[in-house]
Amino acid sequence: MEQKNRIVTDHIAMSFQDNVVLQDINVKIEEGEIFGLLGPSGAGKTTLIKILTGQLKQISGTAQVLGMDNRSITREGYAKIGMVLDNTGLYDRLTCWDNLALFTEIYGISKDRIKVVLNKVGLEDATKRSVHKLSKGMKQRLALARAIMHEPEILFLDEPTSGLDPATASYIHQLILEEKGKGTAIFLTTHNMEEATKLCDNVALLNKGQIVEYGYPKNICRKYNFQNKIQLLLKNGESHTLTNDSSSAELIGNYFKNNAVESIHSSEPNLETVFMEITGRRFE
Amino acid sequence: MSIRKTMAIFKKQIKDTLKNRTVLIQFIMFPLLTIIINSAMQVEGMPKNYFVVLFATMYIGMAPLTGMAAIISEEKEKNTLRVLMMSNVRAGEYLIGVGAYIFLLCMLGAVVFGIVGDYQGSAMLQFLFVMSIGILTSLLIGAAIGTWSKNQMSATSITIPVMMIFSFLPMLAMFNESIGKVSRLIYSQQINNLMSNIGVLELSFENVFVIAANMAVVIALFVIAYRRSGLA
Repeated sequence: MEQKNRIVTDHIAMSFQDNVVLQDINVKIEEGEIFGLLGPSGAGKTTLIKILTGQLKQISGTAQVLGMDNRSITREGYAKIGMVLDNTGLYDRLTCWDNLALFTEIYGISKDRIKVVLNKVGLEDATKRSVHKLSKGMKQRLALARAIMHEPEILFLDEPTSGLDPATASYIHQLILEEKGKGTAIFLTTHNMEEATKLCDNVALLNKGQIVEYGYPKNICRKYNFQNKIQLLLKNGESHTLTNDSSSAELIGNYFKNNAVESIHSSEPNLETVFMEITGRRFE
Repeated sequence: MSIRKTMAIFKKQIKDTLKNRTVLIQFIMFPLLTIIINSAMQVEGMPKNYFVVLFATMYIGMAPLTGMAAIISEEKEKNTLRVLMMSNVRAGEYLIGVGAYIFLLCMLGAVVFGIVGDYQGSAMLQFLFVMSIGILTSLLIGAAIGTWSKNQMSATSITIPVMMIFSFLPMLAMFNESIGKVSRLIYSQQINNLMSNIGVLELSFENVFVIAANMAVVIALFVIAYRRSGLA
């Protein structure tokens, strides 16, 4: 089946006065794809979202969002985009229902959708509760409910699980995967490597405004598996690190024959160690 | 321009302001104060409706201006305005939705002033007409301040001195001639003058010129603020 491109950027660059924040950004996101933009704070992730959503204009390069130039997204175009920004942008004094009711009127969709999405994000019991009485995780789920209520074709999620407890983060991951299943293209920024590996079809590692690596997370990790070792933990508590080649086959085989193996791991790096390998910087 | 979206903002604002005591109190305070003082204080020789005109002028200089600036700057600070803009709401739809709500709320206050002042028939219409011009000018000043400011704190630091000038200068002008010479250049003084002549209302060149000039300056300031900061 032919995949449709939802977002295509071509050599995007951005600077604020003399400070270059993005350079030579090339990404392509198809329908039903989760794309993760990873990088430490200040790498330029939010700036790229602002460019793609028309809030900022790049100094050079082009970007197509739903086939439209990012600098001239139409009203109809915006109606096909959903967003969860770094700050949830909810009306604190209004109830969950009223927050969503405002957007059903803006989008011109049925109020029936409110109940559907509140159930979906697990806030059906908080319908009449004011937003200022919700926990951070509940607010984030409400923001996600608002973003998906009009069934957008693209979803921009800026650090959607930042500061949330693991259970809520996992719940949000599940919702993101459901949206992907419907064909929504998802642009996710995060500095949580585990989250990116779990969710993303493709990731770009962003450092000082430049993409330093791009691709399927596991492929990237394999590419940087320079150590190529196997770690064995035996039942007697001993730990062995062996080279991942035929010279270790007999030894490993013997451990298995003697039922001595407690656990076995390959030494592939995770995305965080890949990032450190490439840039010499840690994620902050 | 979408009426549906403007109405959505208008309805949101009704629900939100009803729960926002700090904004709500500004719309209620002066009409309530007028009811109380007008019935409690009767000073011999005092011009008819002295307190009604005094407090109505203060109301014009204060409620729409601070209300509009507070609402816009809060929405900017809390990122809700950006979400609206990204959800296909235009700046004009938002400003008209919020502005229409504050205007109507202030006009309700104006009706209360009118009733307390015992204006009837054409006098009431004249009073409401004069009030509406003052409220509209203050709304535009509030919109310019809210648009210029990045957050509520910076909006408040501009709003307070501006609001004090437009609210209190006409009152101070009653006691000080020098202040009166400056005060006649501002719209709230001209509105105050017009309100003092309700029933025999005649628009002078000075009234029209000063109010129109104030409006033009305010619109120019709003355009500058919008170009500099935008709404989101």
